[in-house]
Amino acid sequence: MNKEYLNVITVDDDEGNIIFFKNIFKDLKIGVKSQCFSYGDDLLKYLNSSGVIIPEVVFIKYNIPGKSWMECVREIKINPRFSNIVIAVYAGQISENEIEEIFVNGANIFMKKAETYEGLKKSLTEIITVNWQYHSSGLNKDNFIMKVG
Amino acid sequence: MYVKFDFNALCKKVLDEKLKEHGLKYHLLNFGEVELYEPITQEQHNLFKKNLKDYGIEIIESQKTALVQKIKDVIVELVFSENAVPVKASIYIAEKLNHSYGYLSNLFSEVAYTSIENFIILQKIEYAKDLILNNKQSLTEIAHKLNYSSVAHLSTQFKNTTGITPSQFHKIITKRRKNQNISINSKVLYE
Repeated sequence: MNKEYLNVITVDDDEGNIIFFKNIFKDLKIGVKSQCFSYGDDLLKYLNSSGVIIPEVVFIKYNIPGKSWMECVREIKINPRFSNIVIAVYAGQISENEIEEIFVNGANIFMKKAETYEGLKKSLTEIITVNWQYHSSGLNKDNFIMKVG
Repeated sequence: MYVKFDFNALCKKVLDEKLKEHGLKYHLLNFGEVELYEPITQEQHNLFKKNLKDYGIEIIESQKTALVQKIKDVIVELVFSENAVPVKASIYIAEKLNHSYGYLSNLFSEVAYTSIENFIILQKIEYAKDLILNNKQSLTEIAHKLNYSSVAHLSTQFKNTTGITPSQFHKIITKRRKNQNISINSKVLYE
């Protein structure tokens, strides 16, 4: 129980998705301060600037143009400054092998993106709630693997 | 190299050293409670609080939050204890904290954003993960140790909580560690 809210960043080049995420975060019981970037490069540029707030959770779209999800995950994982960040990657339909690859490369969460707003809300609520427990109870994030949806 | 932590011992030790460092006269009680023998000034309090923050230790200001933290501590103790507790978790928690379970349960859900039951499951699955990665016990033994009626019961709860099976979890973390070792080794090679 370090503070009353979670800092969350979403990386998605689709404006519509960004609006959905933002609205859902706003309605949650758990306080979320959310920021958004269109591309992975913007995310890394932000994280690597001095004096910024390091988020607790980052959501990255699987097929993001430019810097790929994998490059983003690797660059985050390699820097000890970011060791506290939980990384969630989301996509529509992808194979089990691709999902495993996401986890093996260091992401903590895979979310199958629901088609409907209600479905997305359910998944995001579940993810934020579990993240809150990890955050407020000091659970071991190295073993944090979660597949949703 | 992998190391194993005893978080409880670690935190107590840090707290002990920090209290001494700040010249405070104290007595460490159970469950993260510290009794101070002399009143401290606001300035001392703030300084101490700031210093502890670097270690991820926080002074809890509100009574409600403190009680919820105690519930969490009792649950962790319950789940990670070597000896099986002979009573139901709800009875154990209520007796240990001297409040009715109904009261504690409502308070917990309000402050922690999850139910006591779900928090117990989460802690049990965390413990199961540790044991799975230790490679010392079979899943049957782990299920027994964590008080599950069967392996199937543990596997189902594991899957419900994490979305993956215990064996998938084991495979992912093993592959991930192998990957990390490769990248560490290649880094050494190039340097």
